[in-house]
Amino acid sequence: MTSNAPDPLLTLSGVNTFYGQAQVHFDLSIKVARGHIVCLLGGNASGKSTTMKIILGLVKPRSGDVSFDGASLLGLTTPQIIRRGIASVPEARRLFADMSVRENILMGAFVRNDRDAVAQDLERMLALFPKLGQRLSQRAGSLSGGEQQMVAMARALMIRPRMIVMDEPTMGLSPLYVDRVLELIRTINQEGVSVFMVEQNASLALEIAHEAYVLQTGKIVLSGSARTLKDDPRVRDAYLGGAEAA
Amino acid sequence: MSSWLDYTINGLIVGNVYALVAVGLALIFGVSRLINFAQGSIYLVGAYIGWVAVVQLHTPLPLTIIVVAVAAALVGLIIERFGLRPLQNSVRIAPLLATIGISFVLDQLVMLTFSPNPRALPSQLPDVRFQIGGGTIEPLDLLIAGVGLTSALLLFVFLRYTKLGWAVRATAQDRDAAMQMGVDVNRVNQAVFGIAAALGGVSGLLVGMYYNQIDTAMSLQATLKGVVAEVVGGAGNVPGAVIGSLLLGLVESYGVAAFGTSYRNLFAFLLLVVVLVLRPNGLFASARQAPPEPLTGTFIAPSRPVRIPRWALLVVLGVFAILPLLPVSLYVLQTLINAWLLGMLALSLTLVAGTIGQVSLGHAALLAIGAYTSALLSLTFSVPVGFAIIGGGLMSAALGTALISPSFRLRGHYVSIATLAIGEIVSLVILNWEGVTRGPIGVSGIPPLSLFGYELISPTSIYWFSFVVMVVLALLQARLLGSHLGRSFRAIRDDDVAARAYGLSLNRYKSLAFIFGGFAAGISGGIAAHLYSYINHETFNTQQSILALTVVILGGLGNVVGAVVGSVALVGLPEVFRIAAEYRILIYGIVLLLLVRFRPQGLLGTI
Repeated sequence: MTSNAPDPLLTLSGVNTFYGQAQVHFDLSIKVARGHIVCLLGGNASGKSTTMKIILGLVKPRSGDVSFDGASLLGLTTPQIIRRGIASVPEARRLFADMSVRENILMGAFVRNDRDAVAQDLERMLALFPKLGQRLSQRAGSLSGGEQQMVAMARALMIRPRMIVMDEPTMGLSPLYVDRVLELIRTINQEGVSVFMVEQNASLALEIAHEAYVLQTGKIVLSGSARTLKDDPRVRDAYLGGAEAA
Repeated sequence: MSSWLDYTINGLIVGNVYALVAVGLALIFGVSRLINFAQGSIYLVGAYIGWVAVVQLHTPLPLTIIVVAVAAALVGLIIERFGLRPLQNSVRIAPLLATIGISFVLDQLVMLTFSPNPRALPSQLPDVRFQIGGGTIEPLDLLIAGVGLTSALLLFVFLRYTKLGWAVRATAQDRDAAMQMGVDVNRVNQAVFGIAAALGGVSGLLVGMYYNQIDTAMSLQATLKGVVAEVVGGAGNVPGAVIGSLLLGLVESYGVAAFGTSYRNLFAFLLLVVVLVLRPNGLFASARQAPPEPLTGTFIAPSRPVRIPRWALLVVLGVFAILPLLPVSLYVLQTLINAWLLGMLALSLTLVAGTIGQVSLGHAALLAIGAYTSALLSLTFSVPVGFAIIGGGLMSAALGTALISPSFRLRGHYVSIATLAIGEIVSLVILNWEGVTRGPIGVSGIPPLSLFGYELISPTSIYWFSFVVMVVLALLQARLLGSHLGRSFRAIRDDDVAARAYGLSLNRYKSLAFIFGGFAAGISGGIAAHLYSYINHETFNTQQSILALTVVILGGLGNVVGAVVGSVALVGLPEVFRIAAEYRILIYGIVLLLLVRFRPQGLLGTI
């Protein structure tokens, strides 16, 4: 599938997921190579967000396997999976609205016990997201959508993840912030963190991704390097403003 | 007459005690969106453990407090681990019902262990009084205030500066997001239940010392007061719960000062209803806060109802109809009369709770209204008993609906709290409105059942009468469920937002459901009044409301046949197995717990 990629950090193989009687995933297989940005594209109800939940252990598949760095994640609880080094930027950010920005960022380091290093990492985050410095004692719920996205990303980075999963990181943001967020994802990735992101906005996602998968009603219908997919007429038709989604 | 300062001190001290209960409720609600109806039982357990420690082991006061806190915390941990954690993925009503079942079980265990007689709990403190201004303060007042303040401080430090405290706050604000930060939500639940139980237990100990008396009736009262304080402060809001508690203590104390002791609870519940109706998110909630209830759906366990062939129903009906002609003992007939009366109440509740989704915890109030109306109509105005009973049904329908109507805008757990409070208010009004209801003396000498001038005194005639009335009500209700109206009810239950979007007026349909349900319950209460010949404000109590709810869940929410089957089962089986009366409530609690855990859709399935 993916051309000359290094060995995968995250692998979903043959995953079938059900909500009650309804099947959400059909034999889903996805690989995220070390150090890469991989994007999962798809419209509404395609099963994108459920894929995130599968990786994070919030939903368990009926069959198939999810492995991270060679070890299966299936028997693990969400907190255990987080401890393996996967951080999450949830859909719609999901900050702890009544806690301060500072507390929100530090919540990201919840599973860590090295206080001094955590304090240093907080400083690093403020360097990476300079705007948050003035907002540290403010209620997280009082920030703008774009600022909240910054907090959510800082919070995720605090765990020193090997991989970040992001659910629609650009959703509901102003165009200015969309560019800023994409730039930040690239920066984070260049520091060695693999990224798996789910997006509806295909043209933006393909700008920064290395590889991409297209999910349609629970099946992978297309995959390949971002460059080839960007020019693929089927993706263009479906997502880049051609005919309405197939 | 004591000074106003005394009433203020008393209000604040009692408020402190409520705060210990309410803060626990708020913590639990914050983390798991659950109103823990077992909180009062832990308080009860705390009081009795304190009694054992003080009276039998002669522990010094500081040690007593520690023993009670630790033991109560253990009870809380057990409740969380075995009662609630298995229900994590169940329907949303399940944990609430489980805590009701747990509270029944705990209360009955305490009662069976220590007997229902009150016991004295000495305070171990020197009996001195300090005069301050015009008021008096005793050492115990200072102890209670000290425990309250210390607990609040410890809790603040815990939530603000410890890792687990952060996890509790994060989980309360967004459970899924907290899990994605690596928070172990089960540990958070455990911590919260442990803390809540420790506070609740100590509260029970202090109250016992304050009034120098403990008894098993404390439990429900404590739960109710805690819930009032918590909701007034804003569900899930810990500082709000403290302020709500102090406010409740003051309102009660001034109410008692102005009107007398029997008005204490009336003021508490009126405060609750006013807050629920005007500011359901509590006095201190900001407008941005979303209601902490699901918008739609998952309140009733979905299932396919068991289909019973019509001929089988007819055969069973026929057997019960001719039962008095068969050689059965009077005892069987008496038992079944009770089952038919309970059946009418269950029909009412299964319509209100099951079909339209308003889980009422105060349904016994409808019985009381029907019973008092019918009794007083026949006694005071010499109305023939048959008409008096119908009058009881109509009054119950009208008054019950009018009382509940301000709460129609509430959802989910809040409906249950409001109905519980309204049920208590009805009972308290009956107690206090002596001019009409004869107050605490009750109504005696109620004429026996009669129809068209013929007195129904033989068990056989009473059996037929109650059986026919119940069957007629059941047939009407079955007809109702199959109609367009029944579908509208279920639409509102399953998704009230969507139902409203399709033009259904929620208030109108909820009113119709309560009118029909109120009528059936009122008839049941009316018949009961003439059977018992004596009723008072405690004849129809919360236990009966909960029994009815258990019946309805046993049969399957919304299921007409299920309501009747459930009544026969819960009234009949303890008789069959000759279970002594004091164990029955325990059995009901256990049945409720097992149902919620293993068969939330009931025997015959929800409709």
